[in-house]
Amino acid sequence: MITLGFVYVLAGLTFAAFAALGLLDRSNPKRFGNAAFWGLLALSMLGGDHLGDFGNGLLVLALVAIAGTGQIGRTPGGDVAADVQASRAAQHGPFLLLVALIIPAAALAGTFLFKWIPGLADPKQATLISLALGVLIALAVGMARLKPPALLPLQQGRRLLDAVGWAAILPQMLASLGAVFALAGVGEVVGDLIGTAIPQGSLFGAVLAFGLGMALFTMVMGNAFAAFPVMLAAVGMPLLIKQYGGDPAVVAAIGMLAGFCGTLMTPMAANFNLVPAALLELKNPYGVIKAQIGTAVPLLAVNIVFIWLFAF
Amino acid sequence: MLVLIGILIIIAGFLLRFNPLLVIMASALATGLAAGLDIAAIIAAFGKAFNDTRYVSIIWIVLPVIGLLEAYGLQQHARTLIGRMKGATLGRLLTGYLLLRQGMAAVGLTSVAGHAQTVRPLVAPMAEAAAEAANPALSDEQREEVKAHAAATDNIGLFFGEDIFLAIGSILLMKGVLEGYGYIIEPLHFSLWAIPTAIAAFLIHGFRLRRLDRRMAAKTEAAA
Repeated sequence: MITLGFVYVLAGLTFAAFAALGLLDRSNPKRFGNAAFWGLLALSMLGGDHLGDFGNGLLVLALVAIAGTGQIGRTPGGDVAADVQASRAAQHGPFLLLVALIIPAAALAGTFLFKWIPGLADPKQATLISLALGVLIALAVGMARLKPPALLPLQQGRRLLDAVGWAAILPQMLASLGAVFALAGVGEVVGDLIGTAIPQGSLFGAVLAFGLGMALFTMVMGNAFAAFPVMLAAVGMPLLIKQYGGDPAVVAAIGMLAGFCGTLMTPMAANFNLVPAALLELKNPYGVIKAQIGTAVPLLAVNIVFIWLFAF
Repeated sequence: MLVLIGILIIIAGFLLRFNPLLVIMASALATGLAAGLDIAAIIAAFGKAFNDTRYVSIIWIVLPVIGLLEAYGLQQHARTLIGRMKGATLGRLLTGYLLLRQGMAAVGLTSVAGHAQTVRPLVAPMAEAAAEAANPALSDEQREEVKAHAAATDNIGLFFGEDIFLAIGSILLMKGVLEGYGYIIEPLHFSLWAIPTAIAAFLIHGFRLRRLDRRMAAKTEAAA
């Protein structure tokens, strides 16, 4: 049976190849930093389960030291010239689109297939496993038809990842910080603070505090999942559900979505907001957040009104 | 109260634009110390969480495929396609993608599209081409805005579609937390109550995409 372990091995080998190619790239003055960073990430993917908790912690400290002292750089250039790309596009265009769609199509098909036929792959991780298989299929099909130099996909992939740089592991770092926050009881303290700040006797005031609290605490934590249990314990359960008799399904479901509005407005949700800015090579790292605020703020107001209308 | 120091460090660190990885590590250490943990325990806790969340970073395995296809002109082809479609305006293109992303997420297909898989190779160049068709003198700032909106549309479609799906993590979390308080609620109820917000999100963001489209077109006239 294929498990997530297979995907980790694939990712580890990919990062290891990026590290090796980076080391050989003499045009990059920071090649040792790049090689060490992607090499450590490869080690984490391939052997993280054997390093122990403290060993993994030291690995993270090394990653942070490399990135924090500015040891990661990107090689200038390496782009295929625009006119070459244009003539190749005229020749291969429809085929390229087809290969690009193999990855989402495989993720889609595999998700259903692996749930339908048990035993092939871990059904809980069906989509991620299918995505990885899609990558391998797309690569094989693309290589067979285009016949590029053997290392071209890895070289171009490395170039793209170097452009993203240390931001590539920001989402994983923030998720880990969330675990330390949970261990230290940060959520309970924030919940108590918000709980004491609510005016007594106003239903709408309580709904407002719940909705705004979900959005604000999500912005701090970068994740509505971390905010939900805290805000429910502080405001949702004692006031909205117990005192005012609100429908718990509505309070929970729409409260969570109020939190998602916060996700749209915070750099802490790096995988949604900062990573795409790096991936699209935007000059403003907060460009995606800027584009989202105009939707997030009115939608948050709508969610608060929806809780007030539908739960009581 | 002292454990809140980690939140202050995060906010100050992001505002002062220190390297975010350093800020996160500093925040984790300060929070752990404030909670009475020793340094070794904090490092171990962080390392364990880092190892448990490796799946967050596996999306980068798509880059060799994207790099190969882009070297052979995938972005150019995506642009050409939009140029050939009559009536494919920026607003219509992104609204169509929003609907598609919401619909797919609503049936649980959240990882099918995304910033690395679809936005960078397809949606962003298509959006740029559609904006360029309406305004050949598109400025660099406008290009940035168009690309940022391509990514924003992906996020909004995902967030306000996925909660309609029964087996998504957030619904299981809500069910679990409410059960802890003695309320047994079927996942279907959470799903249904996600629908009004999904519709509102589509209307609000669709309206903004129309305005984005017009704003780009209006500048064309001013420039012409």
